[in-house]
Amino acid sequence: MNRAHPYMANSTEETKKHMLNAIGAATVDELFEQIPDEHVTTRRFELPEPLVSEVELKRHMTGVLGKNEHCEDNLSFLGGGTWQHHVPAICDEIWTRSEFLTSVWGTGSSDLGRNQAWFEFASQLGELVGMEFVGLPVYSWGAAVGHSMRMATRMTGRGRVLVPTLMDPQRLDVARTYAGFPEQEGHIEIAYVGYDPATGRLDLADLDSRLDDGVAAVYFENPAYLGVIEDRAAEIARMARAAGAETIVGVDPTSLGVIVPPSDYGADIAVGTTQPLGIHMNGGGGVGGFIATRDEERYAREYPTLQVSLTDTTHEGERAFGLALFQQSSYGSREDGKDWTGNSVYLWAIANAAYMSVLGPSGFEELGGAILRRSHYAARRLAGVAGVSLPWPTGFFKEFVVGFDGTGIPVAEINRRLRDHGIFGGRDLSSDFPDLGQSALYCVTEVHSRADIDRLAAALEEVTR
Amino acid sequence: MTTNGLRKYHAAVWDEPLVMEMGAPGRRGQLFPVDEPDLDAVVGDTSDLIPESLRRGRPADLPELSEPEVLRHYLHLSQEVLGMMGISLFGTCTMKYNPRVTEALTRQPFVAETHPDQDVETLQGTLEVIHGLDRMLRDLTGMDQFVFQPGGGADAAFLHATVTRAYHEARGDLAQRREIITTVQAHPCNPATAAAAGFDVINLPLEEKGYASVEALRAAASERTAALMVNNPDDIGIYNPHIKEWVDIVHSVGGLCFYDTANFNGVMGRIRARELGFDACMMMLHKTFGAPKAGGGPAVGAYGCSEELAPYLTAPVVVKGDDGAFAIRVPEHAGSTQVREYLGNIPVIIKAYSWLRALGAAGVKEAADLSLLANNYMETRLLQIPGVTKGLPHLDEYRMEMTRYSLGELTEETGVTTVDVANRMVDYGVDAFWMSHEPWFIPEPFTPEAGEMWSVEDLDYWIDVIAAICEEARTDPELVKTAPHNQPIHRVVGSGLDDPERWATTWRAYRRKNGLEG
Repeated sequence: MNRAHPYMANSTEETKKHMLNAIGAATVDELFEQIPDEHVTTRRFELPEPLVSEVELKRHMTGVLGKNEHCEDNLSFLGGGTWQHHVPAICDEIWTRSEFLTSVWGTGSSDLGRNQAWFEFASQLGELVGMEFVGLPVYSWGAAVGHSMRMATRMTGRGRVLVPTLMDPQRLDVARTYAGFPEQEGHIEIAYVGYDPATGRLDLADLDSRLDDGVAAVYFENPAYLGVIEDRAAEIARMARAAGAETIVGVDPTSLGVIVPPSDYGADIAVGTTQPLGIHMNGGGGVGGFIATRDEERYAREYPTLQVSLTDTTHEGERAFGLALFQQSSYGSREDGKDWTGNSVYLWAIANAAYMSVLGPSGFEELGGAILRRSHYAARRLAGVAGVSLPWPTGFFKEFVVGFDGTGIPVAEINRRLRDHGIFGGRDLSSDFPDLGQSALYCVTEVHSRADIDRLAAALEEVTR
Repeated sequence: MTTNGLRKYHAAVWDEPLVMEMGAPGRRGQLFPVDEPDLDAVVGDTSDLIPESLRRGRPADLPELSEPEVLRHYLHLSQEVLGMMGISLFGTCTMKYNPRVTEALTRQPFVAETHPDQDVETLQGTLEVIHGLDRMLRDLTGMDQFVFQPGGGADAAFLHATVTRAYHEARGDLAQRREIITTVQAHPCNPATAAAAGFDVINLPLEEKGYASVEALRAAASERTAALMVNNPDDIGIYNPHIKEWVDIVHSVGGLCFYDTANFNGVMGRIRARELGFDACMMMLHKTFGAPKAGGGPAVGAYGCSEELAPYLTAPVVVKGDDGAFAIRVPEHAGSTQVREYLGNIPVIIKAYSWLRALGAAGVKEAADLSLLANNYMETRLLQIPGVTKGLPHLDEYRMEMTRYSLGELTEETGVTTVDVANRMVDYGVDAFWMSHEPWFIPEPFTPEAGEMWSVEDLDYWIDVIAAICEEARTDPELVKTAPHNQPIHRVVGSGLDDPERWATTWRAYRRKNGLEG
């Protein structure tokens, strides 16, 4: 039986006939007359047989995806680029609305609500990071680093960017991809600033030795990738400025209820992640990035993103939103635009806006406090496990390095054993950062209770015994 | 019903304040544990856990609202978005149904609450889907390997530009191969990403037959050519029948060929990019494969390439072992073609996989058939409307899944422009049409793409709206030129958007520039 497909209204024979008659064609194949016969494939397609009913499709999909384990049926301490936070239920309620979920672009009048939500995303994020000019989000934190490096090189006419050696390897890879190859004009040279082994923080003497008039920007993170807080951030920014370089700071917005905004210590460009602001981890599909600066032409005119601005309508006093500086985007100027833009994670920006407004100033302060207490409690507990050591046991936010060299057991094996306890141990750092020995990055957030942490400590006691 | 027989419609008007203007001091929307003596006993005073110089003293100036106020605010905003509540035939974006079964499935913890660094043994479901989609896209395109890291079509174009760079670098001739050839009809992301990857861009012109000539390409191709990046069909609805010859010409000078398959909906199930000779192609899972547009992502530009180019991919790849278990292979020479962190936008990948499983090969071909059927049905009716003409009218073959039209005659006769018509459409509950990417070759352009989802009644209604507006342009042009009239706000003027004294991308900037501080 040839049944109509539920996703396609016109898949009935009668409708097709009606439409063909209107066109004056005898068969649908006639409509493909532009494609030369020799372009049409002769090899048959081998897609699996369709699961035409939703009941069969759902059963199949559930069967496959059900093979996953996840961080609700296990106790997870994974972070390092994607973090497990509480997602307020209303965030999901809002972004799943069909009006937001399924639409594309319309007019400034008929898309008023979405434009306003985007403006509220930028405005609230700007409050957290202390910046007045905020673009719509980019693909990821790594993409934000890449674009901001390129902005800085265009602004300064210089070609080198300094980054910390202790940086997320994936984020760094994305930045390197944005930097290009030395054979090319406009290539960005990435140079590395070491760390102080005693604190895990940037080595300022090393930074000083690398700063010269070829440096376009100094990029660092606060908290850094391995969790430590850069308490000499203002000094770093001062040194960069003295050398004529821009200061780009990567931040985790969940820290900004308890840590000062990067603008306070001299950041010129703030970048970071949007995932912790009400987006599920989604297996790494929750990532998003932002770029924010002071509202100065020097910066604004280098943005590659789209940005929503308040503007006017034909009726005096009526508020509307439009795209500021559209002409410098790749949509406006193709290869002459600033880098490029396209689909990004704009739906997540709406969830981010809802998240920031539901938390408010006190929510961010409480969130930061809860994360601090839990993560520091965890650090103390784990430091008490025989053979376990913490290279930097204080001065961190949310994440901290746990060393297992003293146990004589590799992290991979410890994590394997923890899984028998229903625990996902911290991210294994041993291959990316061999200097740190057998160590792992543990992430503890507001979702972890004291009992969870005690359970982790007990399990570690057992598996390292 | 209105006098012209169209539906009576008016958008919701909430006159909604900005969230930053709402609420009251002390009001809360989300609480976190604060009074935790058992933790304090171990860690001490929480504020001491931050170095003193970095403690935030002044709270962020965010709104203070209760939870229901936030919910209702954003529900009001959602109602002030027309989108697919009406009929949206937004050209080049392939508006199609987003099956709610996968929306529901991807919100389950087995997707939403997975961490990308979990042991692969605990991510077998996700990896099976990625592997399965890779195989299905290979079947549809003839390519040898897909990766899903790019966060959209433009990001996939950027990935191709970086693969091109890595390929020529490995051969030692990157310094010489500085040019990427594209056409003025190609999507702006092709020239823009080529330039961002460090290449010079050559734009071939539009010629008589609706595409650049083989001669023009031959003149442009040389030992400096790194790659060709093109769409086919383009978004005027023209298919370049010489595309195989194009590929041969570029290959003969040592360049790579990238097929931007943005307009795949009309050709899927009929042609394979690899069989045409292309080295790589890109599929937009958020349009062709049923995942939602989401107002601009999360999206995936699935990138497929030949065996020869696969070694230059530094994105992780999902492989199936002899034991049937799935694993992630991370290339060793990282950092040259890594455009985003992790494996990709997992929920979007799952939605695309599910869409293909729901359709199968026959369903895919049916969708392509219906797309062309709908576009040409629309063309038949639209061209009967006085004032509407076909872009490049001398090319009278059936167009592919979309056609670009011109309202130039209407504008000459009435002064009503395509922008005016777009603004009037929304008064009938129909989303504005897409006009054209830059540059505009066709005066007063508009470009609907019907796809396979919309019913013939929806298409008829959309056409009736265009006809009614063209009629209004003659009888009451002011009505159209001052539209919209049934939306929450009037027409956006946008003055000051490029003026540093006036643009304001945040509320704080707006208040400062308008003297509203305090």
